Amino acid sequence: MLEPINISLASLNVMTLAPMLIAIAGALTILCIDLIKSNLHKSLYVMVALLFLLLDLGAVLDFGNLLLKNGPIVGMFDMMLIDGLAILSQVIIVAGSMLFIPLALTSKRFHEYNYPEYFALFLFMIAGFQFMVATDNLILIFVGLETASLALYTLIALHNRSKSFEAAVKYFTMGALAAGLFAFGAMIFYAITGSVEINKIATILANGAYLNIGFVLVGIVFMLAAFGFKLSMVPFHTWTPDVYEGSSAALAGYMSIVPKIAGFVVAMRLFDFLVDTGVVWLQVILYVMVVVTMTASNIWALVQTDVKRMLAYSSISHAGFVMAAILIGSTQANTGLFLYWALFSFTNLGAFSMLWVSRQKNLIAGQSSDHPYEKFAGLVKTMPMAAIMMGLFMLSLAGIPPFGLFWGKMYMIGSAVAEGYIVLAVVMALNSAIAAYYYLKLIIFMFMKEPISGYQGQYLTNASLSLRTIIGIAAIGTIFAVFAVNPLLTIITRLVETSVY
Amino acid sequence: MQEHILSILIFFPALAAMLGFVVHKDSAKAYGVTVAAIEFFLSLWLWKIYDPAGSGMQFQELAPLISQFGINYFVGVDGISLFIIILATFFTMVGIASLTETRRLKDLIITLLFLEMTMVGVFAALDAIIFYVFWELSLVPMLYIIGAWGGPLRIYASIKFFLYTFTGSLLMLVGMLFMAFLHYKHGGVWSFSILDWQAMNLPVNYQMWLFGAFFFGFAIKVPMFPFHTWLPYAHGQAPTIGSVILAAILLKMGTYAFVRFSLPMFPDASVLFMFPIAVLAIIMIVYTAMVAYAQEDIKQVVAYSSVSHMGVIILGIFALNVEGITGSIFLMIAHGVVSGALFLLVGVIYDRRHTKLMSEFGGLASVMPRYATIFGIMMMASVGMPLTINFVGEFLSLLGFYKQSHAFTLVAGTAIIVGAIYMLAAYKKMFFGTVTKEENKHLKDINRTELMGLIPLVILAIWLGVYPKPILEPIDKSVKELVVLMHEKARTVEAQKRIPDLTKSAQEVH
Repeated sequence: MLEPINISLASLNVMTLAPMLIAIAGALTILCIDLIKSNLHKSLYVMVALLFLLLDLGAVLDFGNLLLKNGPIVGMFDMMLIDGLAILSQVIIVAGSMLFIPLALTSKRFHEYNYPEYFALFLFMIAGFQFMVATDNLILIFVGLETASLALYTLIALHNRSKSFEAAVKYFTMGALAAGLFAFGAMIFYAITGSVEINKIATILANGAYLNIGFVLVGIVFMLAAFGFKLSMVPFHTWTPDVYEGSSAALAGYMSIVPKIAGFVVAMRLFDFLVDTGVVWLQVILYVMVVVTMTASNIWALVQTDVKRMLAYSSISHAGFVMAAILIGSTQANTGLFLYWALFSFTNLGAFSMLWVSRQKNLIAGQSSDHPYEKFAGLVKTMPMAAIMMGLFMLSLAGIPPFGLFWGKMYMIGSAVAEGYIVLAVVMALNSAIAAYYYLKLIIFMFMKEPISGYQGQYLTNASLSLRTIIGIAAIGTIFAVFAVNPLLTIITRLVETSVY
Repeated sequence: MQEHILSILIFFPALAAMLGFVVHKDSAKAYGVTVAAIEFFLSLWLWKIYDPAGSGMQFQELAPLISQFGINYFVGVDGISLFIIILATFFTMVGIASLTETRRLKDLIITLLFLEMTMVGVFAALDAIIFYVFWELSLVPMLYIIGAWGGPLRIYASIKFFLYTFTGSLLMLVGMLFMAFLHYKHGGVWSFSILDWQAMNLPVNYQMWLFGAFFFGFAIKVPMFPFHTWLPYAHGQAPTIGSVILAAILLKMGTYAFVRFSLPMFPDASVLFMFPIAVLAIIMIVYTAMVAYAQEDIKQVVAYSSVSHMGVIILGIFALNVEGITGSIFLMIAHGVVSGALFLLVGVIYDRRHTKLMSEFGGLASVMPRYATIFGIMMMASVGMPLTINFVGEFLSLLGFYKQSHAFTLVAGTAIIVGAIYMLAAYKKMFFGTVTKEENKHLKDINRTELMGLIPLVILAIWLGVYPKPILEPIDKSVKELVVLMHEKARTVEAQKRIPDLTKSAQEVH
């Protein structure tokens, strides 16, 4: 007979699940509302989602407070791990989502927002990402990743155009492949250490003095490929531009921020100890990957004719830039990663929202894609405010001070210099110069060319009050970032230090 | 208010620019002139309350910005930066007052006011990151001015300008971060304060690398040969106001930065690189003078002559003694006045004829006597005739370098004298002889708006040529402090020999 298992409820620390449960409860609430009365206006769902996200954020911040007092919190058979990284990434995830969800309130009607399921799936996805970052258990990471990804595929497909179906299927295929690779990687690590928890894997490997280095390397290869797909590192990036192009601009902007930060955190947990213990091969591979990702995607972005595809490649490049933090591995670099991403999320969300507000229902004659550069020609003459906003986001993305992203770039390059990666620092700096060209190209179209007839009616067609508000928030966040950097750095450094990264 | 004068000087134009969006477009010019005039008088007031006997940086303001990373809002002026700031506010005022542009004038004026903020900011900054912020930010309004109001190739020219300078300054940023990191390694805290950096005593090999990183940023901005290729395009395509500001102020950022960063922070590297840089400077003087002679476009002549004179400034800076550096700083101001005026003058004729080809003109002296007179004075100033403003600066710069190398100075001096040829030739082609073209016979002479900009410049060019003392003295005082610091910090024997020991020579005199 089996012995009855005795576990006290207190030791489970169920509260660690609270943030994710809030998101899930929100999703279920939306489904229940739909059961009781269907055909409600989307604004209701947006606001309900926003409320639950607010609660979620509150719960996360509460844990943050606890963490700063008592150190990392574990719960649920040590599955859940609430440390600094978990808190920081969850704040970015939830706050990013809160900025994203009001973008559904367009003045034109879009197919996907008529389904309450869209909002339910959205909240499930957030819960998935939160699980992914708040654990160091490879299985729970996998579950969180898949929950989130499956929801995200569906969100893309709901946009209901042939290109979005293509995008969703492409993303799904690549995502499934990545999931498979992740599972293989996890399996190998389990096989050589008998554990699925990253910190235990690290200890066991260190105690065994990396005797199974061959197997470790095979495991790393699988993991690198899996994260390569998820974070769209070159050469695993090929799906990214197509998927971004197929999704709505708002969702594309979202995809460039939230899923990636979740991926970064897991990559940081997994690769940090390997880089630190001096698995040289991994350092070399990461170095090459970072440099190639930054440079190659920048060069591809130069030749794009569509702004959204350009932004897709630029997002890849930014991801490569930030990936350098994992290579460098110092506390300063990891702090830089979060700082960069927090600033990047404002700017990039702003840029994609600017595309979203000028999204047309139908293409005009001779237009090859949704947002060709020509569409924005002479924007300063027709819509000066919109042009200035877009120009601002472009300058920030290019890293012109004193706008948001410059501070992130500066801090990251500074951390590279501090750890002796001078060549990497120079490469990072020069890449910013290459990138400046394609951001400038849009500015030049907007400010220095004559408007092309036919596009006049198409700007800001979607601009409802809530969209304008979001863009305004993004712009303020971008302009006044300099005043936010110091408090952000203080809190991020403290949180990163508590999680010993 | 006195202690916040620099912040007011920096942010007043920006604030005014933002309010300028509200001003009706017909009144935009008057608004611009008013704001720029207030700013100019504020800068004159700065000169008045500046204590010429005081040492170090005056009117320092320090406010923490990103204290975690050692970045502060830190500004201050000394004799070196004081007059360049006044020059910047002066030229913005003159430039706006003599604007003849009609297309989207209000946008242009707002852009100019933003540009003024960045210019004053660069010269007042004492924190490297603040310096960098304004340095980079100044590219954006200039990009817009060239790209939106320029000639047919304006987009190419503006992108080239932007990317060239941006690339250089990113290397400089890496250098700055490394400096801050070195400060962290030795002092335990990150610091971007220029004064802290000047106090650091670096090993020679570090100095070499850092000097190189900074050099890219500065040399492209100056622009030094062989990084000068963006400038002819920028000048060729820019509207008059763009060229004026570019030549008078923006290029000075590069030479100023050499004095502010490279010399006091890397004295040994400066000595080691003295002759290579002098070679580049002389190539710059000779080669661009030759290119200028071959031009058919009067604006290109002025543009190349402007690069040529920047070579003299570089030579003076790398003389590394008081005469040379003082002279080159004075020459920065002189060059600003003269080349700014020349670009304004080219703008005058371009507005009338919509061409800048010298072959289209000839005999203008009889049609436009006043124009010819002013052009003549400015041309004389440009070739460095005694009793004009350029002479003082060029003479001192060359005198400074003469102490380091006779041969180099001889070549440079000859080149400057020969350089007069192309200016005189250009003047002859445009103004002397008979009027050959029908269109030129009834050109209107300079009008009141244009005179308003040009007369003060003529007065300055002659007044400071005859009596440069009020400006030279404060510059001299700050430069002496700089040279003393450099000599103290010099590690190699070569550097200690090349950089004069002022404390010792002072004792000898007594």
